Amino acid sequence: MTAITVELNGVKINDDVEPRQTLADFVRDRCGLTATHLGCEHGACGACTIVVDGVATRSCLTLAAMSDGRSVMTLEGLRSDPVMELLRKHFHESHALQCGFCTPGMLIMARDILQRHARPDVHTIRHELSGQICRCTGYANIVKAIVAAGQEMPQQTVAVAETPAE
Amino acid sequence: MKAAPFEYIRPKTVAEASVALGRRGANTAAIAGGQSLLPMLNLRVALIDLLVDISRLDDLKTVTETPDSVWLGALTTHSAIEDGKTPDIFNGLMRRIAGQISYRAVRNHGTIGGSVALADPAADWPCLLVALEATLRIVGRNGVRVERVADFIHDSYATTLTTGDIILGFDIPAPKAPLRWGFAKVARKSGAFAQSIAIAVMQGKNGPVSATLGGAGPRPLPLTATSHQLTLIGSTEEQVRGAISTDLDTYFAGLDAYQKRLHMANILRAARDMQAQ
Repeated sequence: MTAITVELNGVKINDDVEPRQTLADFVRDRCGLTATHLGCEHGACGACTIVVDGVATRSCLTLAAMSDGRSVMTLEGLRSDPVMELLRKHFHESHALQCGFCTPGMLIMARDILQRHARPDVHTIRHELSGQICRCTGYANIVKAIVAAGQEMPQQTVAVAETPAE
Repeated sequence: MKAAPFEYIRPKTVAEASVALGRRGANTAAIAGGQSLLPMLNLRVALIDLLVDISRLDDLKTVTETPDSVWLGALTTHSAIEDGKTPDIFNGLMRRIAGQISYRAVRNHGTIGGSVALADPAADWPCLLVALEATLRIVGRNGVRVERVADFIHDSYATTLTTGDIILGFDIPAPKAPLRWGFAKVARKSGAFAQSIAIAVMQGKNGPVSATLGGAGPRPLPLTATSHQLTLIGSTEEQVRGAISTDLDTYFAGLDAYQKRLHMANILRAARDMQAQ
């Protein structure tokens, strides 16, 4: 077993984990936070995407042991995050989910996109979202919701990423 | 989809990590970003006894720029390059390539050292580093050695890495004149490994051209006839097509008709993009 200290959604947690345990299994099984969904468990579907030290991370491709000393944020920890509130509203209004399985990863990634791109257009969103799979194929409404949320973002909170030359 | 059990350690220095990787009688692996290794462990196509976490070794994180070259530590992530946090002396080429690798959440953790160590035939960085004639620095049991990336990768997933070796980083020579480049990639799905990666670079206006193809064989290779033809001023498209055909037959035997057309189109696209800059 490996001893780890993780700040999970703002709360410091000390635990002993099996080295092979992924961060996804750690937050779900050890910490009972089940918003993080596991689809493929090899990095292809994006459902398990969470935030580690401020950046979007596949929690199935990170070991709990490797996250020692890191700050981890799951969807549960973003309940009152202003960008997430905006996204929730627009996901609701645009009907941007069907079965809901991919939604936690979609929301985390959508927030990541809005933090890096000011008022992203459809093309940017589709490229940035290409690592998130929705097996209901509900992409049109998901993209619509993110475009709408981007339009409504207070622009001073966006750290505008320079887009590399195409 | 759960990895088989293994031990995990996180050494404090490169020397300790090197010793751990050489532990007698154990199947060991180094992990940096883990974005290729963890899928392989989860799918159990890779089985190990000991995982050595090198992701926090500061010696592997240095990034420096001199008039002659750029040094990228092995732990430089794809997203750091994508976001322009590393020196951009290649006129945006590295940023363009980085932004097309897999997906952002993977790019946030995946490293250039890990990509080259795995040496997937369809990976982007090996192709680029061959195209730019980069070298890499490796620390191992017998000290530090420097190799050309083109020699380091000798077959698909096969490198000169041996027990206890750790890649420190990459030395990429600065272009002698502002770089003009074309980068063309065909993948069935965005973010997936490519069927074809073509990179064409020219040092300044009418300088020497270097064209490199990845995804077509076990490892990326320079296209010598194509590079020569593209360097000659006034080459016709017919002549360039002929040179590409020669290179495909010479370096990538066994391609079927579809693959030949695919690589032909992709190399031509990279060449045109380079010439349009």
